Amino acid sequence: MADLGQLYDVLVIGAGNAALCAAITARRAGARVLVLEAAPRHFRGGNSRHTRNVRYAHAAATDYVTGPYTVEEYWDDLLRVTAGKTNETLARMVLEQSETVPDWMMEQGVRFQQPLSGTLGLARTNAFFFGGGKNMMNTYFAKAEELGVDILYEAEVTDLTLENGRCGGVKVRHANADHDVTARAVVVAAGGFEANIDWLKEGWGEGAGNFLIRGTPYNKGRLLRILLDHGARSVSEADQCHAVPIDARSPKFDGGICTRVDCVIFSVVVNNKAERFYDEGEDIWPKRYAIWGRLVAQQPDQIAYAIIDSKSQGIFMPTVFPAIEAGSIRELAEKLELDSAGLEKTVEQFNAAVQPGDFDATAPDGCHTEGLTPPKTNWARKLDTPPYYGYPLRPGITFTYLGVEVDEKARVLFGGGTPADNIFAAGEVMAGNILGQGYAGGIGLLIGTVFGRIAGEEAARRAVN
Amino acid sequence: MPSTELLKEADRLMTICNACRYCEAFCAVFPAMEERRTFSSGDLTYLANLCHGCQGCYTVCQYAPPHEFGVNVPKTFAALRSETYADFAWPGFLGRLFKWNGVAVSLAVALTLTLVLLLVFGLQDLEIMFGSHSGAGAFYRVIPYEAMVWPFGLVFLYALAAMGVGGFRYWRSTARNGFRRLTAAAILGGILDTLTLKNLGGGGGGCPYPNETFSFARRIFHHFTFYGFMLCFAATSVATVYDHWFGWIAPYAFTSVPVVLGSLGGIGLLVGPAGLAWLKMRADPAPRAGALTGMDVAFLLLLFMVGATGLALLTLRESAAMGSLLAIHLGFVLALFATLPYGKMVHGIYRMLALVQNAAEQKQSIYRN
Repeated sequence: MADLGQLYDVLVIGAGNAALCAAITARRAGARVLVLEAAPRHFRGGNSRHTRNVRYAHAAATDYVTGPYTVEEYWDDLLRVTAGKTNETLARMVLEQSETVPDWMMEQGVRFQQPLSGTLGLARTNAFFFGGGKNMMNTYFAKAEELGVDILYEAEVTDLTLENGRCGGVKVRHANADHDVTARAVVVAAGGFEANIDWLKEGWGEGAGNFLIRGTPYNKGRLLRILLDHGARSVSEADQCHAVPIDARSPKFDGGICTRVDCVIFSVVVNNKAERFYDEGEDIWPKRYAIWGRLVAQQPDQIAYAIIDSKSQGIFMPTVFPAIEAGSIRELAEKLELDSAGLEKTVEQFNAAVQPGDFDATAPDGCHTEGLTPPKTNWARKLDTPPYYGYPLRPGITFTYLGVEVDEKARVLFGGGTPADNIFAAGEVMAGNILGQGYAGGIGLLIGTVFGRIAGEEAARRAVN
Repeated sequence: MPSTELLKEADRLMTICNACRYCEAFCAVFPAMEERRTFSSGDLTYLANLCHGCQGCYTVCQYAPPHEFGVNVPKTFAALRSETYADFAWPGFLGRLFKWNGVAVSLAVALTLTLVLLLVFGLQDLEIMFGSHSGAGAFYRVIPYEAMVWPFGLVFLYALAAMGVGGFRYWRSTARNGFRRLTAAAILGGILDTLTLKNLGGGGGGCPYPNETFSFARRIFHHFTFYGFMLCFAATSVATVYDHWFGWIAPYAFTSVPVVLGSLGGIGLLVGPAGLAWLKMRADPAPRAGALTGMDVAFLLLLFMVGATGLALLTLRESAAMGSLLAIHLGFVLALFATLPYGKMVHGIYRMLALVQNAAEQKQSIYRN
């Protein structure tokens, strides 16, 4: 039972993957630990509820991954997706420690499964959690409770009591009352700010009002704001995030995985002026889905439409909302509320530019356009076989990168780079140290796990000594 | 046809699940779902009957209530199953018994018990009823052989026939158009999956039942129940052979095959149903269809009573209580037989057919092999 009156060794703020990894590690190191979760029990676990896999380095295939993935290859992938916007020391430390992560997870009771379907081509590099992220989180919560970690739900931290980089505790709002909870060390693992639309607007402008948030509505960035206001150093930018194109009809928050629309590479994608804006067939979808959220976000009114014909229906993952269907391009334009003459012209120009080729849905097939701007370099097939189908797309913000700077002990850095005495950060709130921009599937979860463990261990050491 | 509302809800859920697919390692339902892009009423009936109600998918679902998607597959499928039980019942009008099954089964028990007791006490001399009997034919001195064999045999055969018709109706409405390749391997595979309850294995770790911790408790107690029932059935069959072909008249020695089988079966029928009911009481009611609880509990209680009265009869068969216990035991057995086609028992028929269909489908799948 949580006792807000007692002095805890370690307070963990947040209850997602990073938070629970920190809590379990700190408890195993002998600390008395309290986890403060803003969400009610039903929605505990933050964005980790929606995750499915972790990307980790390994020397050989196992029951759960199909082949080797070296630290060097991982590093090359990270360097490529971030375009070098990463802290090499921290990043290499995370990638090297990643090799121990699945075994550690299994020690806590987490189970993995063989990748079956819908795994976005990650079967070699990523291990998939049995039953997905919520099952992983249920397992972590059960383990934490078994070890004697106290967990308080609907407990929202409203401030840290800070003096000279030292934290004496936190202010908590729980059951309609304010409490001062004291602790010897604090781990901030309360996620990013993607559910705070006003903050997103600071990075993206008013258009952010049209974004959909795939993750938890509880990630308001309150702790990030508190730390920054108290002088913590920031990393990455307010407009950097993991964003994918999702169905525009999805819930405003918490739509998770099922809102994905995986037909972009087979489509003609237009904005609300009925114009194409990017090469849809640049590369296989697993390598491109992470850039399309931003691409859609940059269009007028932050919306786009993926259009296919009946030849392409059924060759990609089923969607949660049905396609908007029409017998002609003109009719489809009307249903999508696009300029019908404009859409007809775009499709005509596209069809005229398509070169003959052998279509292959499973690999870049060289079916391309000629003389078209922007071109489509693979999977270009004429839109000529009704019915035609349209999917409206919006940017789906998964998690944000603007965070606090940390050192290799997960200590939050203040002012000129001085590490905090007893404030540690893990997970999305510091992921920007490693992911300055871009994304590789399953790396966010890894950063949370590795830094969660480090933060838990260091916080316990700081508290017990 | 199940109700439109329920089919619409099941269709909505399968569309969400098919776009998510996080649960595909739990059981046969989700891989079977992935074979489809749209879901006919036959598909949904099949998937609902393929579902073992383990609740794994509910426990780990990011869209479970109170999420606005409100995904609760076990509950919806359980409700759909109960409608299929009613729809496929034979004769059709008795399908109504599924609507208030707990009451129906209780009434049936009361009725058969009263009937058997009235007949026995009305027709038999009380001195014989309360006398002690031993040696070959002891039971038949209380209730004559013909009075036992004919009514029970006929009711049991009727139950088998009614369940057979139900199974046929189920198969006709769920097996897909063009579904022809029912191989011996598929039938064997489906039966094996039924006998092992592979799908209560939750992909290796069991089911999160009765709480979020995965365990094999439900599978184990179901095995006690099912194999307990089968052992009792085997005991009766062996006894019939002894009586009919060898002329060895019951009661048999404690070390005889029928008594050993029946005793083990009786213990199974005590442990299994008690365990399942105990789990059910402790389990989260959210992923369960409320209307079904009465049916489940009535069936478990009935099996338990059959086991308990059978063991009591065995223990006290040489005492003066034998006559009464025999009548009571037979009353419960008759109630069980009479309600077999109109109670929880039918889930076994439809589950097995769904597993056979699944085994056949997986062999033909374009996604596997």
